[in-house]
Amino acid sequence: MNAVAMPAAAEGVRRRRRLSLRGQPKSVLVGGAIVAVLVLAAVLAPLIAPYGQNELDFAQQLAAPSASHLFGTDDAGRDVFTRTLYGLRVDLAIVLFVTYVSLPLGVVAGAMAGYHGGWVDAAVSRITDVMVSFPFIVLVIAIVAIVGPGTKGVLIGVPIAGWALYARLARSEMLVLREQPFMLATTALGYTQRRAIFRHAIPNLIRSSLIYSTVDLVVNLMLLASLSYLGLGAQPPNAELGSVIAQGQSTLLNAWWVATLPGLVLVLFGVGVGLIGDGLSDGRLRGGRA
Amino acid sequence: MLGYFLHRLALAFVVLLGLAVATFLILHLVPGDPVLQTLGNRATPESIATARHQLGLDRSLPAQFWTFVSHAVRGDLGYSLTLNAPVSDVVGGRLGPSALLILYGLVVALVIGVPLAIVAALRPNGVVDHGIRLITTFSFAMPTFWLGLMLALILGLWLKWFPVSGYDTGIGGILRTLTLPALTLGLSLATIVVRTLRSGLLEVLQTEYIEAARSRGLSERRVIVKHALRNAIMPTITVLSVNLGFLIGGTVVIEAVFQIPGVGSLLLQSVQRRDYELVQALALLAGAAVVLISLATDLLQAVVDPRVRLAGR
Repeated sequence: MNAVAMPAAAEGVRRRRRLSLRGQPKSVLVGGAIVAVLVLAAVLAPLIAPYGQNELDFAQQLAAPSASHLFGTDDAGRDVFTRTLYGLRVDLAIVLFVTYVSLPLGVVAGAMAGYHGGWVDAAVSRITDVMVSFPFIVLVIAIVAIVGPGTKGVLIGVPIAGWALYARLARSEMLVLREQPFMLATTALGYTQRRAIFRHAIPNLIRSSLIYSTVDLVVNLMLLASLSYLGLGAQPPNAELGSVIAQGQSTLLNAWWVATLPGLVLVLFGVGVGLIGDGLSDGRLRGGRA
Repeated sequence: MLGYFLHRLALAFVVLLGLAVATFLILHLVPGDPVLQTLGNRATPESIATARHQLGLDRSLPAQFWTFVSHAVRGDLGYSLTLNAPVSDVVGGRLGPSALLILYGLVVALVIGVPLAIVAALRPNGVVDHGIRLITTFSFAMPTFWLGLMLALILGLWLKWFPVSGYDTGIGGILRTLTLPALTLGLSLATIVVRTLRSGLLEVLQTEYIEAARSRGLSERRVIVKHALRNAIMPTITVLSVNLGFLIGGTVVIEAVFQIPGVGSLLLQSVQRRDYELVQALALLAGAAVVLISLATDLLQAVVDPRVRLAGR
């Protein structure tokens, strides 16, 4: 069985290197394009933003969207498009950080639990049960309450709660994996447990966690935006998408654009990531085949 | 059956205990000192020491934990310094609006989600299915608070059907003030309902007993409602109970958007006023609610569906 599986695996590696745009499902392409544009806009915010993010212009209060102010202006005359770009920049940086800090923590914990079984497994599983039982936002709010409002609370709070789902995923994959011939071989060859887990098991089980992380990115982005909407995120005057939207709430009737348009950017990003995730989980991400 | 029940109860008990440990540890181990945060810059070493003693923070961690748990079991969740009342009284007064919001939201989610899921599952990969899939992709990507604001803008400010903030009691008042919030909660939950129920239905529709029902000449309507839906609904209920955490989290945000005096806005107030006993109690209660509801669903499911309670054998 091994003899058959080996060449196929080697071929898989070669194919992945020649990953091409052609042959991907349309949803992955569209989603990828949306995400790429938004990420690029966020990274280049200081270059492409037409105004300063805190540049006041009291002659232009609550101006409707136009060519000079794409998303209009808020009640202090600040350009909403500029603030959206900067907000997106901050939000994406934070979300990438908290998601990809949670992922390795969870994967390692889950892999250890699945590999060792016994009391290690029982302990990790019960702890993940507990973390998953908390409504996510309530737990993060509680942590923010202690750490103090601001970005720091989110950076600490989300990984404390967020690793648990990755641990569950990795554990269940490990239970299957450890019975596979190549994993049994690591024991027979006398490899250390560390080598068996990190070099042989984790590369094989991390795929599902990476796929799940696309969903998690959106979930964390929503969470971050909600916290900043509630006034628990980045502190004013700096822009975060949630706080820009929150400021627009009081002028919703006179100036619908302040709250609406930054939110649409959030939705667009979520849709883009969702489309990629859909394509990936269908197992249709193709490498090399034109 | 009894074995399964006992096993499930024991598991829930362990998780509840874990929740108590976690809420306790978060307050005691996460960097940041509650006393310093409360007293601010005016704190003198003496006033810090007094506050620590009053809160029992000068005792050993295990001793503090024991007091916390033994009081919590008796329904004593501590004392809110900022509101000058026992936490249980404060929370009790706020439960009504939140519970109503969750129930109303659930109803909305089912009324919208179930028909859409059925329509999508009947013609998988058809135009309607793709349309519904696209809509759920969008609704999944919408932050709850933003969706709430948009509904408030369109249905509240422009069409003037509903008020955009506040809360009223009585059937009329609830319908008037809670419809927009419940619609917000329900729409975001409906996304999950549609996706799970659709895939559940697709699986069931491929089984032999559906084919048997069709070959007996039963009407399509009867096949769907009596045979397919009945088997696809249990996984959906499980998913709903698992998502109770999502619902509770949603109420925190939605209560802030529409200024509803529920438990969610109480949590935010307690964070702003740095009332740590209250924060701790609310986090514990939210977690406990999720554990108990999922326990109840699992037990109910075991009673209704023998496959569940026999699966472990």
